[in-house]
Amino acid sequence: MYPGQFEYHRAASIKDALDLLKRYGDDAKLLSGGHSLIPMMKLRLAQPAHLIDVTKIAELRALSESGGKIVIGAAAPHDAVATSSLVRDKLGLLAEAAAAIGDVQVRNRGTIGGSLTHADPAADYPAAVLALEGEIKLERDGGSRTVKAADFFLDLMTTAVQPGELLSQIAFAPIPAGAGYSYQKYPHPASGFAMVGVAALVSLDRSGKIASARVGVTGLGAKAFRAGAVEAALAGKAADAATITAAAAKTADGIDALGDIHASSEYRAELARVYARRAIQAAVARAKA
Amino acid sequence: MAVVPKFVGERIKRREDPRLISGTATYVDDVRLPGTLAAVVLRSPYPHARINSIDVAAARSAPGVAAVLTGADLKDKVGGIPCVAPAEHIPFHPLLAQGKVRFVGESVAVVVASDAYKAQDAANLIEVDYDPLDAVSDPEKALADGAPILHEEFGNNLVTRALVPNPAVDEAIAKADKVIKFRIVNQRLAPVPMEPRGVLADWHQASGHLTVWTSTQIPHLLRSALAAVLGLPENRVRVIAPEVGGGFGAKLNFYREEALVGYLSRMLGKPVKWIERRRENLATTTHGRDQITYLEVPVKNDGTVLGIKAKFICDMGAYLQLLTPAIPGFSGLMMTGCYKIPATSFEQVMVFTNKMATDAYRGAGRPEAAYIAERTMDMVALELGLDPVEVRRRNFIPKDAFPYATCAGLVYDSGDYNTALNKALEIVDYPKIRAEQAEALKHGRYVGIGVASYVEICGIGPSVMLPPKVPGWESATVRMEPDSRVTVLTGISPHGQGQETTFAQMAADAFGIDIDDVAVVHGDTAIVQYGVGTFGSRGLSVGGAALMMSVSKVQDKLKKIASTMMEAPPDQLTFANRTVALKSDATKSIPLQAVVDAAYGWKMPIPGMEPGLDATSVFEPTGCTFPFGTHISVVEVDPDTGVVKFLRYVAVDDCGNIISPLLVAGQVHGGIAQGIAQALYEEVVYDENGQLVTATLMDYAAPRAQMLPRYELAHTVTPSPLNPMGVKGVGEAGTIGSTPCVVNAVMDALKPLGVRHIDMPLRPEKLWRAIRDAKKA
Ligand SMILES: Cc1cc2nc3c(=O)[nH]c(=O)nc-3n(C[C@H](O)[C@H](O)[C@H](O)COP(=O)(O)OP(=O)(O)OC[C@H]3O[C@@H](n4cnc5c(N)ncnc54)[C@H](O)[C@@H]3O)c2cc1C
Repeated sequence: MYPGQFEYHRAASIKDALDLLKRYGDDAKLLSGGHSLIPMMKLRLAQPAHLIDVTKIAELRALSESGGKIVIGAAAPHDAVATSSLVRDKLGLLAEAAAAIGDVQVRNRGTIGGSLTHADPAADYPAAVLALEGEIKLERDGGSRTVKAADFFLDLMTTAVQPGELLSQIAFAPIPAGAGYSYQKYPHPASGFAMVGVAALVSLDRSGKIASARVGVTGLGAKAFRAGAVEAALAGKAADAATITAAAAKTADGIDALGDIHASSEYRAELARVYARRAIQAAVARAKA
Repeated sequence: MAVVPKFVGERIKRREDPRLISGTATYVDDVRLPGTLAAVVLRSPYPHARINSIDVAAARSAPGVAAVLTGADLKDKVGGIPCVAPAEHIPFHPLLAQGKVRFVGESVAVVVASDAYKAQDAANLIEVDYDPLDAVSDPEKALADGAPILHEEFGNNLVTRALVPNPAVDEAIAKADKVIKFRIVNQRLAPVPMEPRGVLADWHQASGHLTVWTSTQIPHLLRSALAAVLGLPENRVRVIAPEVGGGFGAKLNFYREEALVGYLSRMLGKPVKWIERRRENLATTTHGRDQITYLEVPVKNDGTVLGIKAKFICDMGAYLQLLTPAIPGFSGLMMTGCYKIPATSFEQVMVFTNKMATDAYRGAGRPEAAYIAERTMDMVALELGLDPVEVRRRNFIPKDAFPYATCAGLVYDSGDYNTALNKALEIVDYPKIRAEQAEALKHGRYVGIGVASYVEICGIGPSVMLPPKVPGWESATVRMEPDSRVTVLTGISPHGQGQETTFAQMAADAFGIDIDDVAVVHGDTAIVQYGVGTFGSRGLSVGGAALMMSVSKVQDKLKKIASTMMEAPPDQLTFANRTVALKSDATKSIPLQAVVDAAYGWKMPIPGMEPGLDATSVFEPTGCTFPFGTHISVVEVDPDTGVVKFLRYVAVDDCGNIISPLLVAGQVHGGIAQGIAQALYEEVVYDENGQLVTATLMDYAAPRAQMLPRYELAHTVTPSPLNPMGVKGVGEAGTIGSTPCVVNAVMDALKPLGVRHIDMPLRPEKLWRAIRDAKKA
């Protein structure tokens, strides 16, 4: 499998990248870690004539805190996110999801912007970004817009990113003190992606009841999603095993579960319920600790 | 003078590793010749289709293209891929499809261009008009009436039927207390070497010489086959196996691309290279296993096994590769394992299906056999309510029965099965883990203990054990150079096994020199004398024995010369610390170098003696070696998900004397990894229409480190009487012992739920369903 011919451009700034995107239009693709794009090119499922590498744009690699938000640059490799003390302290759930991706080589190459834009239904990040209600910034020639995580993933490998747009950063409110979180993943035995992955973020009130819960699920359906029914079944309830089990039982409700030789849709739905229960339990345990 | 240490038996680091781990090894793709053209193969997307026409006009005129060939261009110009194993139906196996394609990935056309990208661009311009045909992927359906027929000339899909009858089995079945019947499947696996295949061929017009670099286990056998297919004299063909990044049996073969690239280089007068992509590797490099076995096992109530009657259905795929129909035979011959089973019979039906050919894969027939034997022992225990360890003990061939002739006609060289079993039981503390298991169950935890006592065949030879043209002997040349360093040329062509280390250890000790004073050369037919190759763990026991024959010839000559120089009888002399010394008094010695100087004729003290110090020998063993051991694993199955977790993994292997403990451990580690993967993860899946589902590593579950347990390794040592080193072989032992060991453990965990057998791979989903169904019932 050999890719078709293409020209490689190294963008020096966001503006530079946007200019190149504008110049080459449909013939161009942004290149980040290349871990999804290049395999597609080798299979000739993608045949861009121009690749615009965004990974040398300093501001796209930055991890920072500003205006009360934690801001992750789109070209930050998974390993940088997993090991950053800023992210680990204030956005532990994202660091956990990043650390669960692939192996060391993959984490040093793949990037959060590439992962979110590619929107593989089994990617790890989307579950955490949904649970953390990330705000995704998209730049285009002459402006930018912000899309909420909940509005970002549209379908199988389809997102809100429009032609000509570049994902520059994702901003998150830090996880409040006292909240607990956990990302639980069952790795696919072949690909290592999430057969299912569940990100749970739980806050308890003073009496120990669940004040709010946010649950992001990946791997199960065509796109990652927030498990609204699970969240509703937790809110305001006692943080006990019975409540959690009953709530987690709703994880796959209404979802058209994917299936393959390693896990049928029926089994995958069960895995999602089990992993949701485990993630919520672990998040509650952390919140109580 | 510094003392030269001994090396045999020491924990010597592999001398191959520095170049491998520093990325400086030379694989086929690293060999760069100026002006090399690249070949890309266009492959069939259909499992079964007639080719109406192929339009290559656009491809031929694409930029950079040097040649485009289809099957029609090769017709009657070049031979087919040989299968040397006997079979009733051996179809013509073309280099490019002739009128019909029979499996997904079958080569249909080849494009040669100035680089691989241009070749791929051009390949995409080829238009093939296919008429899809019904396909058959289930070997049990392949012989049914109305099944699509792959090779019309045979009238059916039968490759061959092998019958080894024995009326005593039916008598045993008639008089048994109980007859246990079951069906088990050894699923199809892909060997997945880290380095896929690759070929570079360079035709030299002026001299009429073809040089081929290829990632192979068998450079000499390949040279013979390649010369025959291309119609060249063998002495004009040179095959070089540079660094080979794993073979596992899959490169014990001769492939279409090896012949194609040779043909193309000759046709174009330029070097041509083809490098296999991973998708091609999964679709078009031989697969392994794929046997279904129906078993009938007559037993006495005390657990004595009276016989095994087996029917095998063996999936050969669409064409026969070098040894395809020879592999199942080993499963039939070895299915009685380490047990004294008085009567066996088996029938093997080998069939064509619309899939890639199967052939040798690590263990080649013996893992299937061990799986049959060890699942049988557990089935017997389960059905009779006995402890699986007791059933094994009751049926073991006793230690004093060796050499032991099995009723299938093999002679086991040596063995002590109980000692290996006891050692493994001791390491896990069997009574204790059984108690822990019972305790865990009380808390709803499904813990299982799996035992497998295996025996296998290694050191394959003599030649009658193998098909024609794949001899059972091996060769070695030992040359002491003028500076008293030693060069070893071995015919085994190691490709990861580590004989550059072990052979150097052996030669160094024999001559009293340092391991760094020995160079082991292999894998080039222009340099190394004709050899066979290592497979079936024969490198050390057969190739090493040839080495020791040559070593002693050179030693003898050195001793004769030294004897005149030292005025001592040759048999009183020995080699140590780079000297030839008196055995009785090491201080009476002369430098080895002085003897070597004499031997090279500068001061030859023996008139008429032929100068020089080299010897070539061939060792043909009188029989195979039979390594054995016991593996025990302790697993826990998560009832919520069916996921299997390892708690312990203990392997006690007996490979005879150990030359290199670190290398043995490495072989066992890798072997267990692949064996566990068969038990739990791996399966080549074709759907019922013959489409390859596991076409990439995103679907084919090759094991990775985090999917494997920590291994606890130990050994017993029962030397083989069949070679001077007393070694048996260890390349496949781990693969053979681990698969049944893990399946037995998982089935043991689910025993309280009434689960009897689940076919591999034991994917969590299958276990989850079994648990759920059992709980419902
Ligand atoms: C062996 C392997 C194992 C993996 N394992 C896992 C795993 O376990 N879990 C997991 O979640 N993922 C896994 N991945 C995926 C990997 O971690 C990356 O996240 C993923 O491949 C995409 O990120 P990338 O940076 O490589 O993007 P690229 O491949 O460079 O790009 C992907 C797509 O996004 C577009 N794009 C990239 N950057 C931008 C941008 N800034 N703005 C707009 N569009 C953009 C590209 O044009 C392209 O269409 C694995 C990948 C490999 C190769």
